[in-house]
Amino acid sequence: MPILLNKKTKLIVHGFTGAQGSFHAQQCMEYGSAIVGGVTPGKGGTEHLGRPVFNTARDAVKATGADVSLIFVPPPYAADSILEAAAAGIKLIICITEGVPVLDMVRVKQRLNAMKAAGSEVTLVGPNCPGVITPGECKAGIMPGYIHRKGGVGVVSRSGTLTYEAVWQVTSQGLGQSTVVGIGGDPVQGMNFVDTLKLFQADKQTKAVIMIGEIGGAAEEDAARYIKAKMTKPVFCFVAGKTAPPGRRMGHAGAIVEGNAGTHASKVAALKKAGATVVDNLSEIGAAVAAQLKAKTKTKAARK
Amino acid sequence: MKLLEYEGKEIFEAGGLPLLRRFGVLKLGESPDSLKLDGPGPWIVKAQVLAGGRGKAGGVKLARTAAETRELAGRMLGMQMITHQTQGKALTVEEVLVEEACEAAREMYISVVLDRKEACPVIIASAEGGMSIEELAHSHPEKILKVLVDAEAGLADFQARQLAFDLNIPKKNFCEFTVFAQRLVKVFTGCDASLVEVNPLAITKDGRLLALDAKIVTDDNALFRHKDQAARPDHEASDIEKEAKAIGINYIGLDGDIGCMVNGAGLAMATLDTVKMAGGNAANFLDVGGGASVDQITRAFQIILKDPKVKAVLVNIFGGIMKCDNIAAGVVEASKTVKITVPLIVRLEGTNVKEGRKILAGSGLKLEQADSLWEAAQKAVAAAKQENLCRYC
Repeated sequence: MPILLNKKTKLIVHGFTGAQGSFHAQQCMEYGSAIVGGVTPGKGGTEHLGRPVFNTARDAVKATGADVSLIFVPPPYAADSILEAAAAGIKLIICITEGVPVLDMVRVKQRLNAMKAAGSEVTLVGPNCPGVITPGECKAGIMPGYIHRKGGVGVVSRSGTLTYEAVWQVTSQGLGQSTVVGIGGDPVQGMNFVDTLKLFQADKQTKAVIMIGEIGGAAEEDAARYIKAKMTKPVFCFVAGKTAPPGRRMGHAGAIVEGNAGTHASKVAALKKAGATVVDNLSEIGAAVAAQLKAKTKTKAARK
Repeated sequence: MKLLEYEGKEIFEAGGLPLLRRFGVLKLGESPDSLKLDGPGPWIVKAQVLAGGRGKAGGVKLARTAAETRELAGRMLGMQMITHQTQGKALTVEEVLVEEACEAAREMYISVVLDRKEACPVIIASAEGGMSIEELAHSHPEKILKVLVDAEAGLADFQARQLAFDLNIPKKNFCEFTVFAQRLVKVFTGCDASLVEVNPLAITKDGRLLALDAKIVTDDNALFRHKDQAARPDHEASDIEKEAKAIGINYIGLDGDIGCMVNGAGLAMATLDTVKMAGGNAANFLDVGGGASVDQITRAFQIILKDPKVKAVLVNIFGGIMKCDNIAAGVVEASKTVKITVPLIVRLEGTNVKEGRKILAGSGLKLEQADSLWEAAQKAVAAAKQENLCRYC
């Protein structure tokens, strides 16, 4: 069993009838994902891409039994869509939207934490992320489907295109992925590295994990502590931003070195100390994973 | 976006925070005689630059007389300033702020910043201010106070009181301080800041509690609901960076000679790192964004080539939202309007990659295609080296 998404996943798309929503919903359907409907206020009762459109998330969930939300609405309304999906009973919300104000996400997290305390846990992925894919079963995001292949490597990353790069290398090595999770590049976000690593550690299909970090924040250092304490599966890391000048925001709102915090050196040192393999050259991450997994298979074969 | 001290103080004033009296801001090219210096003085002249450590670098000066104030202000304008926060680069002083001088009896530190891990604002405070808070956090972490704040409700009365007691605020200023702390949090949430810092927060010899400095960093993502902030000039960005921003391209100028066009911030950063590993240096960070059009690619090329340091251009696109055929069409289109005189190395992968590569191959353009990032980086570094050699032959 992979994590987060599988064959049974039923998706609804927020911002379904917009340009981005339409294009990517179509791509997800072509991949084989079960998109059961969409939400666009004011367009309820119509049909789009052969699927029903609803005015509200509650209507959509009631009519379709959807369990996962995929959000494409513009930044000023994205936080509200997340809360709407959560209130409608959706348990996994994936927010693709880039450019959501940080304080909006602070408020979203506060509500989701309150819901969790009241016994109703919602998992949020993103915002500002490429989404999640379980190859061969369900794609809920904007990643190009064909670069993926079903397999045993779990991938978690703060960056979209950097995830594709790592995935493509794994696939080119003849290996595949269990699930690929883009957690996004914003300073306040849903699932973090540790949350995702926990799921991969517990997942039988996942044999190794690739973790793609970047400068800024302390998520990689937190992950290092978790890896050291709990991970028995091998973890391969790359941290982007070695050559980034301090004090400048490198595209992602979260990718900035402030003072001595969030530096490339501190993250790499923490991960190495925790026993993870850290590659300096991104182009080598696929080969590094392949070498380890193939060696393991050989040892197993030799034992037999 | 980082705001200058006087811009921050305008926001502080609107938020009801106590400040020294300001006598105006003098801009480069303006005559110091235009300063209206009523009152007895003394005055303080402060360089308006986006870097800490101004005092040590000669950017904060006390003046006893009006004539001296004008002279100092005139001399400070246009000054090249290097502080410990500018990474060895000089900043030009384009504006100076003149305000009333005061004598501080006590200097403290207080700021509100986003705590990424807790996903809420946090007040950072210390009874010892005026110096680098980073140094203090390193040498005496026990002297740093932290108070997590509820973004919706603001700073509770009891939290403000606790903070006042912990900072040993004298009885006379106690209520002033609790109101100050609560208002500072309101300024933070009100303008969608990621940092609001007062260093120092002073109690003057005549017993006033005053914010002597103001540092505000705002969240660019929230500009759509702050029209006043969106209208402010970005003091940190260079002209090329501003031009890029205006058309939705994320560009940061760097020191190297390989121009880079990449989609996605993470991949753009990794591309710079890979260029470095291959023995070269990138001239820029450029993320063309998720839904870039042919037009945008054209303009991205124009922006990259504006930098005269650029000796080769590396295009690295992994198509997700961005389709490779759009990029390829953009490259071809750009070559019609922009004369690309330096070697061009293109690496495409992802959605519609076959169509993209075909468009490039059939375009008749002089360019090299690469299959991987590593291959592309090596080719770009080699090409830039070749170009540099050619200049001398």
